Amino acid sequence: MSSPVQLRPVDSSTLSELRGMPLQSARLPGYFTAAVLVAASCGVGILHLVLGLGLMPSVLLSWLAFTAGVCGTSLAVEGRRRGVDRLATVLVTSAFLLALLPLITLLSKVVNNGSSVLDPTFFTNSMRNVVGQGGGIYHAAFGTLLVTGMAGLISIPVGLLTAVYLVEYGGGRTARTVTFLVDVMTGIPSIVAGLFAYALFALFAGEGVRLGFGGAVALSVLMVPLVVRSSEEMLKLVPHELREASYALGVPKWRTIVKVVLPTALAGIVTGITIAISRVIGETAPLLIICGTTDSTNFNLFNGRMMTLPVFIYSSYKTPTIPPQFSIDRAWGAALVLTVIIMALNVVARLLSYFFSPKSKT
Amino acid sequence: MAKSIDVSDLNIYYGNFLALEGVTVPIQAKSVTAFIGPSGCGKSSFLRSLNRMHEVVPGARVQGKIVMDGQDLYDAAIDPVQVRRQIGMVFQRPNPFPTMSISANVLAGVRLNGKRMAKKASQELVERSLRAANLWSEVKDRLDRPGSTLSGGQQQRLCIARAIAVEPQVLLMDEPCSALDPISTSAVEDLIEELKSAYTIVIVTHNMQQAARVSDTTAFFNLADVGKPGRLVEYGPTAKIFSNPENPSTEAYISGRFG
Repeated sequence: MSSPVQLRPVDSSTLSELRGMPLQSARLPGYFTAAVLVAASCGVGILHLVLGLGLMPSVLLSWLAFTAGVCGTSLAVEGRRRGVDRLATVLVTSAFLLALLPLITLLSKVVNNGSSVLDPTFFTNSMRNVVGQGGGIYHAAFGTLLVTGMAGLISIPVGLLTAVYLVEYGGGRTARTVTFLVDVMTGIPSIVAGLFAYALFALFAGEGVRLGFGGAVALSVLMVPLVVRSSEEMLKLVPHELREASYALGVPKWRTIVKVVLPTALAGIVTGITIAISRVIGETAPLLIICGTTDSTNFNLFNGRMMTLPVFIYSSYKTPTIPPQFSIDRAWGAALVLTVIIMALNVVARLLSYFFSPKSKT
Repeated sequence: MAKSIDVSDLNIYYGNFLALEGVTVPIQAKSVTAFIGPSGCGKSSFLRSLNRMHEVVPGARVQGKIVMDGQDLYDAAIDPVQVRRQIGMVFQRPNPFPTMSISANVLAGVRLNGKRMAKKASQELVERSLRAANLWSEVKDRLDRPGSTLSGGQQQRLCIARAIAVEPQVLLMDEPCSALDPISTSAVEDLIEELKSAYTIVIVTHNMQQAARVSDTTAFFNLADVGKPGRLVEYGPTAKIFSNPENPSTEAYISGRFG
């Protein structure tokens, strides 16, 4: 090797400049932002209550004043870098709160309006022969469970096996075509899926067919691409080394897939399937077409109209009783039940992914 | 149970790309054969072609003969799965199955093939394989814990235990120590020394000292030129290759003057 690296002598002016550079700089006190926020809130109150300005303009004006106050002061006292930093922080936090707003108001609205009708009658009665008060979602809840359950029975095997084909067997043009078609299917409007199911079953049962199983088929059309995409991504994440390790032990390919690849990816696959279910369980339009509406309980997927929760909500609003309030209360109640089911499914997905994922820690 | 392998005129392709050309080499039973050479010269591809793992890569294929026990491994009638059951493999990076416990990892070769085994027999197999891999004393109290909780060196020895649990004729090792620290490397090398009494071992290594320490026979691979396929340059007893090689490029490589 060569001689030790020569250090360039530092001239004295640079050194003194470095020495003179302060490591401390002026900072605004920690409570500064909170204080401006309190002031801005008071501003909302004054604008809205005292000056009689509308709520939205008051909030907007106060927000602008708050942002300008925090960032302007910071710019003047703390310098440019910290000023910009505070501006970015304010914008990001505001966007987050703005995004949170509809979710929170939606949930509180559903809980407020829906909880009043939740009594045993609501869960154990159908709407058969109900005029005005009373009645419940028994028929619609079972309809939703049956239709969605059947949709799952159809689309989970189809979707999962398609994903296995794409990742483990498919290569080249076929796999690319299938992937493209799956992507196209993801974008199909749900009403088109409903029309498709109607047209399909009208071939066998004639025009005007209404069938729970048809609804399951329509939901499957929407669900299969979701299952394929999520399972495909999860299968791709399984390291190739694990497949090779299995092959090197003399394990055939299909056993490698069943016993090594699928168990390793199980947590993600189950989560993806659960999210796909919660995505289609709230579909209204296709079920309106092919399942129709009814006031009676029907457990037979292959015969006659079947009510589901989303369609129940829709028809309660569309054709209310007289007086309409009872009907609208029931719609909110059904909306609450549907929301709780979807939230429960998401919690279940998280639990499943926790219990199925490969444990790396003790 | 150990068997020898005779390779003659082997060409290895990835699609139309010829990676390794015209290799003829005998691999002796119950000995350690080391493959050395610069990166990209095809030694790992050659190792993988010995148990038909090469063709797992899409587009990869092989011309020539690899004869074990009088049978050409690339004969159309040969089932690659059966070949891999007789010729085991240990990979560069430790790859225990993350969903399985330590003992299940050792039994993976048996269980994944759908064979049923009495509990006592499987416990014995786990202990025997882990003892053979010098891992038993370290893990005997936590056989039910996931294999991924072990350290890197322990995981690699677990993979060796997994490979020898199916009692192969030949054990292929693709740079088994490149991801390990010197202490774990030493443990694996001791293990290779012990295993060679029962198995035919082929090892690819970038570590010349390791090749000199563990192998009986050494094969040196090199690229003829940039863009040309790799080829076998020299083959012989390790002592001779490292002290008195015939080919000048072998000497240049082992003395560190290139590569």
